[in-house]
Amino acid sequence: MTSEKDRWYDDAAGPVVRPYAMTRGRTSHAAEGRLDLIALVMTEPEGEDGAAEGDHTLSPEHLDIVDRCQLMATSVAELAADLDLPVGVVRVLVGDLLDAELVHVSMPVPPAELPDESILREVINGLRAL
Amino acid sequence: MGFGRSDRRRRSAPDPVALKLLVAGGFGVGKTTLVGAVSEIRPLRTEEPLSEAGRPVDDIHGVEAKSTTTVAMDFGRITLREDLVLYLFGTPGQDRFWFLWDELAQGALGAVVLADTRRLEDCFAAVDYFERRGIPFTVAVNVFDGATQHATETVRDALDLDPHVPVVMCDARDRASAKEVLITVVEHAAKVAADRREPAAT
Repeated sequence: MTSEKDRWYDDAAGPVVRPYAMTRGRTSHAAEGRLDLIALVMTEPEGEDGAAEGDHTLSPEHLDIVDRCQLMATSVAELAADLDLPVGVVRVLVGDLLDAELVHVSMPVPPAELPDESILREVINGLRAL
Repeated sequence: MGFGRSDRRRRSAPDPVALKLLVAGGFGVGKTTLVGAVSEIRPLRTEEPLSEAGRPVDDIHGVEAKSTTTVAMDFGRITLREDLVLYLFGTPGQDRFWFLWDELAQGALGAVVLADTRRLEDCFAAVDYFERRGIPFTVAVNVFDGATQHATETVRDALDLDPHVPVVMCDARDRASAKEVLITVVEHAAKVAADRREPAAT
């Protein structure tokens, strides 16, 4: 057994850094500003049913995102939680997929613009019906 | 609104709409419990550079080479309809993660400030934050076992809230109660939105 002090835990072990290996060291992407935590990622027809698997520029994590977002529009935050990756890594990966035109992203309501009254009404009714 | 390959899209249905609500409050006040009571809860981690707002408050003594910090928070998803999703984000409780709030707050529909009457001062910072940014919020007093049931007016006075800010009692463990809190927040947000539209319309 390794003694306690020889082991790296949590922050010291660099959980923050290693995931960036799958982004090839990139920590940001040009599309990042548009990738809010609740931006919904949806797979394009071109990426559906494993069509992207032949693309060797894509990592398994890229393909994972394409698969997940085919089933259901999935937010950046959910992808990070489900894939157990930091949000920053997911942003880079989704940015790659946008470049490859395998996914598209629905933008959340722009800040400073409150959503439509009818949407709020639907949210309230939806919550009541839960 | 979308971007990417919208021209060749097969889908005819409009893109789903995602909205978010924040759940703020002091450490251990029941944010995770509240999010969990109404939705499936998921842990989310993100890492943020310490170079900006984090630096003055984050003690990096001894780890000077460390330039990012990992922040974990909770979030939940409530699917209201196939094309309408509400996300709940528990804001990080520790003060040193304040700098993360700005991203979370951007585009947020509204916020819940969870308060514990035994430590009311813990939610001052959250109340301040939302007031200053004009984000509609509701104060929900989590009634813990053994805690005195303060009248909502007492809490309102203690927090020096504007009269229009709703103050409700809740039990963060109880689904129906947590749901009521969220409904109050959205109703309040709708009212604030209507009030803001009014001057522009006349």
